[in-house]
Amino acid sequence: MTYADIVERYEPVIGLETHVELGTRTKMFCSCPTEFGAEPNTQVCPVCLALPGALPVVNAVAIESTIKIGLALNCSIAEWCRFARKNYFYPDMPKNFQISQYDEPLCFDGYLDVEVDGRTVRIEIERVHMEEDTGKTMHIGGSTGRIQGATESLVDYNRAGIPLIEIVTKPVTGTGAMAPEVAKAYVAELRDVLRGLGVSDVRMEQGSLRCDVNTSLNKPGEEWGTRTETKNVNSLRSVERAVRSEIIRQSGILDDGGKITQETRHFHEDTGQTTSGRSKETATDYRYFPEPDLVPVTPAREWVEEIRAGLPEMPRVRRLRLREAWGLSEHDMQSVLNAGAVDLIEATIVAGASSEGARKWWMGELARRSNETGQELDALGITPQWVAELVSLTDAGKLNDKLARQVVEAGLNGEGTPGEIMAARKLEVVSDTGALLEAIDAAIAANPDVAEKIRGGNQGAAGVLIGAVMKTTGGQADAKTVRGLILEKLK
Amino acid sequence: MSSLIKKTAAELGELIAAGQTSALEVTREHLDQISKVDGRVHAFLHVDVEGALAAAKAVDARRAAGEKLGPLAGVPIAVKDVVTTKGLPTTAGSKILEGWVPPYDATLVERLKDAGTVILGKTNMDEFAMGSSTEYSAYGPTFNPWDLTRIPGGSGGGSSAALAAYEAPLSIGTDTGGSIRQPGAVTGTVGAKPTYGGTSRYGLIAFSSSLDTPGPCARTVLDAALLHEVIAGHDPRDSTSIPAPVSPVVAAARQGMSGDLTGVKLGLVKEFMSAEGAEPGVVAAFHAAVESLTKLGAEIVEISCPNFVYALPTYYLIAPSECSSNLARFDGVRYGLRVGDNGVNSLEEVMSLTREAGFGPEVKRRIMVGTYALSSGYYDAYYGQAQKVRTLITRDFQAAFEKVDALISPTTPFVAFQLGARTADPSSMYLADLYTIPSNLYGGPAISVPCGLSEGLPVGLQVMAPTLADDRMYRVAAALESTIGTLTPPEL
Repeated sequence: MTYADIVERYEPVIGLETHVELGTRTKMFCSCPTEFGAEPNTQVCPVCLALPGALPVVNAVAIESTIKIGLALNCSIAEWCRFARKNYFYPDMPKNFQISQYDEPLCFDGYLDVEVDGRTVRIEIERVHMEEDTGKTMHIGGSTGRIQGATESLVDYNRAGIPLIEIVTKPVTGTGAMAPEVAKAYVAELRDVLRGLGVSDVRMEQGSLRCDVNTSLNKPGEEWGTRTETKNVNSLRSVERAVRSEIIRQSGILDDGGKITQETRHFHEDTGQTTSGRSKETATDYRYFPEPDLVPVTPAREWVEEIRAGLPEMPRVRRLRLREAWGLSEHDMQSVLNAGAVDLIEATIVAGASSEGARKWWMGELARRSNETGQELDALGITPQWVAELVSLTDAGKLNDKLARQVVEAGLNGEGTPGEIMAARKLEVVSDTGALLEAIDAAIAANPDVAEKIRGGNQGAAGVLIGAVMKTTGGQADAKTVRGLILEKLK
Repeated sequence: MSSLIKKTAAELGELIAAGQTSALEVTREHLDQISKVDGRVHAFLHVDVEGALAAAKAVDARRAAGEKLGPLAGVPIAVKDVVTTKGLPTTAGSKILEGWVPPYDATLVERLKDAGTVILGKTNMDEFAMGSSTEYSAYGPTFNPWDLTRIPGGSGGGSSAALAAYEAPLSIGTDTGGSIRQPGAVTGTVGAKPTYGGTSRYGLIAFSSSLDTPGPCARTVLDAALLHEVIAGHDPRDSTSIPAPVSPVVAAARQGMSGDLTGVKLGLVKEFMSAEGAEPGVVAAFHAAVESLTKLGAEIVEISCPNFVYALPTYYLIAPSECSSNLARFDGVRYGLRVGDNGVNSLEEVMSLTREAGFGPEVKRRIMVGTYALSSGYYDAYYGQAQKVRTLITRDFQAAFEKVDALISPTTPFVAFQLGARTADPSSMYLADLYTIPSNLYGGPAISVPCGLSEGLPVGLQVMAPTLADDRMYRVAAALESTIGTLTPPEL
């Protein structure tokens, strides 16, 4: 049974719950720092360790960030809402309850438009709410690093209390075979929105953006099927693979007349498959109730409007604007996006370069280097101003393509600005016509038969002579000028 | 100067300020009294002899250096063991916290230290402040200095007994359903529950977050007001702390001490007068006190608060619900007792064994009730419904305060009972808080002041005031005290 056959007979319904660690300087309910990677249990205090008597106080920056996210996702912002306690026992959760929001989220009823294969799909947002992260448990002594067989469990509470935002979509229907791509495109778009807002570093590999994917299948015209919730989906590619694998797995069960169990499933990067986690029938009763230690959150309307007015341009709007301004095809624009070069190219243009010139270098030599070394483009040590200078030198004919590449090479080695490198390496194009004519005469003398062909009207043969001249001048001649001089001479 | 321990905190503060005695001298006298009588009273779980002497010396040094200090500088104080004290053991009366030494001071403890009071030690209490007799302390009961066969009230029996036994002139209590006022009443001392949010809960080990209120305990109304002024006021570390100035409680107490209540209108809660369970002796002492208040110029009217009769069941849903969540953190993972960590048991088993061994019967009872009341399918019928009734009780108060300045009632239906008399039947114990609980549900301030004796045992009168009008209750209580006088317990 192929995937195409499956989505002919079943309609997938998907839903996504995304957790985002906010990039606030301090934790959600105390003033401990939030930096990633510190020594275990060095970023803790009575509040985030849940020592007896300690009380939470809400981080105002986290509220503002959440409102920003809500507004960017076209949500309504509650005038009055509360935190709630979600009660369950777990050793890396210091209070044995999580401060979260239950039936009164800060942001609700929004949407995010995403593009898949040139089609715009509107993903409706159910809610955006605030909560706190847990600590991390490590199991020592077992062979697998899991709790089974471990002799000791160590808990690091540095992460406990880091502000976490949960963004929940409404069920997404009608996407058919595209469902896996839609899921991926949504998470990618959401990541770009959040990055643009500057509220999170949205690094899936570090867990600052985490995704749970709900999937169900139903036959056309029938009610929605039972859904499963796939956890541990930690890359964009995995989002797509997890949905696809769940569609295939569920269809197999349904085809055999079986029933889907409502359960949590875990996605495995290595196999691309999901395996069963805990079943929802035995799920914890979280005994939610309003958090009595915190007063309600009541963002003033003026403040919300102030935040709205300060929002940056949304990535999709910006993308469309730049694509048009730069005259790119959708495919070329996608390449620029994938390379993470949009900001750099835009800044290079602002610094004076043409859009073609800016794109040529960032997507060419520099992207190649970035691929080779695994460094991000913006970490290569080359600035937009640097590239703009390079472009202006080539546009002015002071550098030809070959020399410009050498300048880039030197720039990547930290040898200075393009101007400084040209001076130090004496890389300027030879514009002394006397010296060039001498070299051309020598080339003609060495290749009489080629010269004859050109005289006979075969201008294409000039390449051989140009090559010879470039060789004599060490590449420091402008090929166009040389070509002109040769054709003039052999007219 | 062996009479130092009988003096009020205000007097001691003045004597120290005038150089007629020293903080060290006063502290030594109280420590001596503790070593003399606490074997019989058991008001203290921990006495910090060295710390107290060092703090007293520091105050004397500050004064010698010419520093201007507050009215309670150098005055000793006892702190209920549910409040965190940096470097001093804090158990909340529970085995599950045995040996735990907090790394931080509660906000109110910081304020006590800033004011120069000298912390003598930590006082006994019902485990996690759940109880009305201090018999649920995991470390054994406290005994009432008026009669050592009787209970000193609860949960703050230690804090009130310490006052009645002259072990301390001041103490800190916490009041969730009456835990300051009812021990005050049955030990013949003063206990005030401030407006909820008027005193910081930061560092108060939570029982029921929406009800818990730290407050002052003393032998006189003025002393309670002086202590109130030290610990009250906004604290940014407690979100529910009210960012408003503290009402002038000391001035109000001094005004009341003049004995004039002309123009003050007091409401008698009708539903409390007809409630069953109040002892005749308590009712008689209360009515005599009402007579006295009338003589002082107060106008007394009867007020109906029809929803007060639901206060007890409402409280016994809200408080256990919140406690079931608040006490979840005691799991043996980070601090306190850990049982069953033998390398074989799972984490869940260790947590479970720890809680089984660490919590006493009343705490377990309330955790179970609260867990049930919050569980899916029962929330609306129990916790949700209780919150609605809480709103109705609040409206009763608001309506009453449109007609009168304050409400009055007996503090508790009965005088100190014999140890063991009510532990077999939890609901008979719960009745002790019948009159005190409404104020907690509403959040307004209330004070218990001695109003006479019944069968030789103290009876308390409760004054309940509107939220943030703590000064009003001090004025009325001080006026009553000026005509009835303080009660003197028998020599131990």
